Amino acid sequence: MTDVSRPVVGVIDYRTGNSRSVGRALDFLGVPNRMLRVPGDLAGVDRVVLPGVGSAGTTMGYLADAGWPAALRSLVAEGDMPFLGICVGLQVLYEASEEQDALCLGWLPGKVRSFGDGVRVPQIGWNQVRAAGAGHPFTAGLPGGGDFYFVNSYFAPPGGPEVAATAEYGTPFAAVVARRNIMATQFHCEKSGPAGLGLLRTFTALAREELCR
Amino acid sequence: MPLTARLIACFDVVGDRVTKARRFADNIDVGDAAAIATQVYADGIDEVIFYDILASKERRQANLPVIEAVAAQVFVPLTVGGGIRSLEDMHAVLEAGAEKISLDSMAVRNPEIIAQGAREFGRQAVVQSMQVRRVPVTAGIPSGYEVMIDGARVATGLDAVGWARRGEELGAGEIVVNSIDQDGTHQGYDLAITKAVADAVRVPVIASGGAGTAAHAAAAFRAGASAAIISSLLYSPRMERTVPLGEIKDELSREHGLLVRI
Repeated sequence: MTDVSRPVVGVIDYRTGNSRSVGRALDFLGVPNRMLRVPGDLAGVDRVVLPGVGSAGTTMGYLADAGWPAALRSLVAEGDMPFLGICVGLQVLYEASEEQDALCLGWLPGKVRSFGDGVRVPQIGWNQVRAAGAGHPFTAGLPGGGDFYFVNSYFAPPGGPEVAATAEYGTPFAAVVARRNIMATQFHCEKSGPAGLGLLRTFTALAREELCR
Repeated sequence: MPLTARLIACFDVVGDRVTKARRFADNIDVGDAAAIATQVYADGIDEVIFYDILASKERRQANLPVIEAVAAQVFVPLTVGGGIRSLEDMHAVLEAGAEKISLDSMAVRNPEIIAQGAREFGRQAVVQSMQVRRVPVTAGIPSGYEVMIDGARVATGLDAVGWARRGEELGAGEIVVNSIDQDGTHQGYDLAITKAVADAVRVPVIASGGAGTAAHAAAAFRAGASAAIISSLLYSPRMERTVPLGEIKDELSREHGLLVRI
């Protein structure tokens, strides 16, 4: 039941569970998708999902080895291809991460920090997300509050115009960022039940013109 | 507590069937694993754990087609345990659709497997699960709880709290404390060991074994657990009446003041 007018979503593949989980969620939603090993696999792909794997340093290492940073910069950061980062895929959008002192993609200002000593780490579980900022089509359908599944020991700064939703774990942090065609969730939307699948569906349906007006 | 009180359905799987044990024995058939997992997902379960309880004994991997069938329909976290002896086994289980690997008897035999898993997949992917039994306090077992392995049949001489600390050091991202004494009794979790482990480590601790009422789960959260395995409440063939998940969440929220995912 493939609808030719529907976008094909490319999922950057680390050959670990996360990428496949996103693929399975897209399959469940009936959204055509395929795994991407290298930028050369992008032909015919209309939008890209970047799941995270393990840690910021590991993820950046993998991306660099496969040649992704330059390709994503030109297509996404300087272009208009819709992009969704998930978990560590959100964190690597910032300039750097305290985790392994990793230098990251630097599309968003600021540094990703450790939750520190006051809370159980990793944060593992369902946390309440609240909309923030001026609004973005990606979070337009996000109700006033919603519970989403988080797994993280590091967090992105909660301020800044790109933050579309926040959550709190000892300290407030960015739960969703959205700027033009760049969207990312700290939580695992592919593992957050119907609410998470709803956000994934929204991502696959947003038009470039709507995002990059 | 900033996170919701996390409720987990844990399935003892034999082949593609869910079974239910009491004190780690006398398993009764409950039903088709994928169908039951899909039902509890629809009901709003927060997480699912599959233990392939014979995989280890039969020296084979967990049943991958069942994991794949569940992962295609169930979009909450899925943990799989049983039969995992190597990084290769972990890869296979994660590839099939789990996000976490549960290590139990195998971790006691070869603690380094926890560290290997954490290095390869990240701490969050490695769950240390332990079967514990009340014993007299001795110099070797100061907590009064001993770690058992191989379906609670073999004593290890390890102290439960000490083993939890060691697992955290090695890289476990969560620790399941499964009380053999309480397992399947519906008499409540063993709160003493749940609290002792939760106080001893910084990673989240999951209470397991003994759920009979929502109040039991509430007591486990108060004792410091971040999550509770409530399988018995949901589908035990030995319960006079199983409790719908919505009712459990309602009670946790209204009578115990806990945050729950709606």
